[in-house]
Amino acid sequence: MSDREVRDPKERARRLMMAGLDGELLAGERAELERLLDDHPALRAELERLQRVKEVTGSMALKRAPEEVWGDYWASVYSRLERGIGWILLSLGAIVLISYGAWHGVKQLIADVTMPMYIKAAILALLVGIVVLLVSVAREKVFVGQRQRYKDVER
Amino acid sequence: MALTDQSEASERALVARARAGDRRAFGQLVTRYMRRAYYAALGLVGSHEDALDLSQEAFARAFRARASLDPDRPFYAYLYQIVRRLCFNFVRDRRTRRVRLEEATPWLMEQAGSRAAASDPARAAERSELAALVEAAIDRLSDREREVLVLKEFEGLRYREIAELLGIPIGTVMSRLYTARRNLASGLEGKL
Repeated sequence: MSDREVRDPKERARRLMMAGLDGELLAGERAELERLLDDHPALRAELERLQRVKEVTGSMALKRAPEEVWGDYWASVYSRLERGIGWILLSLGAIVLISYGAWHGVKQLIADVTMPMYIKAAILALLVGIVVLLVSVAREKVFVGQRQRYKDVER
Repeated sequence: MALTDQSEASERALVARARAGDRRAFGQLVTRYMRRAYYAALGLVGSHEDALDLSQEAFARAFRARASLDPDRPFYAYLYQIVRRLCFNFVRDRRTRRVRLEEATPWLMEQAGSRAAASDPARAAERSELAALVEAAIDRLSDREREVLVLKEFEGLRYREIAELLGIPIGTVMSRLYTARRNLASGLEGKL
């Protein structure tokens, strides 16, 4: 059985009707479609209805884009690529600076004998929590995204 | 060497260079496929500005993920997967936010030389109304139905080409097309 055939007779009739409308019937399928239409007048009525839909959509086309769009197209894509590099550099710089600041902050916090212990513990918990959350989100974005590149695509 | 063979060989070379990070080669691929990517997106989202933005973003993402480019596979098939993913997500987001397309500019037009277009010019308003109804009916189709309808009717692909592009059996293409047309017929009831 080829990948366009199907056992369900209703589904088979629908597929043949589509192939008939689109001029994609294979050898022998035209006779099969004619037989089906002769045996089932309701199918013929449906085919005529779908034929009218085909005529309407066939009389239309996608609206042409203004010609000047194509002149700037590659430049716009190129700008996006540059901005991508910019974002990566910006993010890397920010991560290094924030980490450096946090490290010095924590060292001063630990060295500060005047601050109560529970405040120090709370600040440390807050910082560790933020780091864990950031790492978790980053890992999900990188690894899950790589494994399921087309996870959002319905087939 | 046949023209198509030459074209395939040249595309394979461009993809290989783009994969190695050559932006000039990638630029040639963009120039080669920008129209096709734009019109694919236009058919899926129904808005010029969004189609332009999404198709350009698809090219940018294709370049960022160039390590997964395969010179032995058609570049457009790879690019189209990104275009459709971006467009489906965009449309879903638009539906979630209940943004209506009512004020958007038309994205369908009567083909020059078609039987309806060649008839009485006084019927222009009526034809424009029909185009708007078809646009609205297509907008109500599911993503999958809309996609096969656009590929068949507006890009003029054959079943085999649609099946290869979407990675589905030909029978599934035919079934989706049937459902799309049946739903379109319901949406255009009284106008057919």
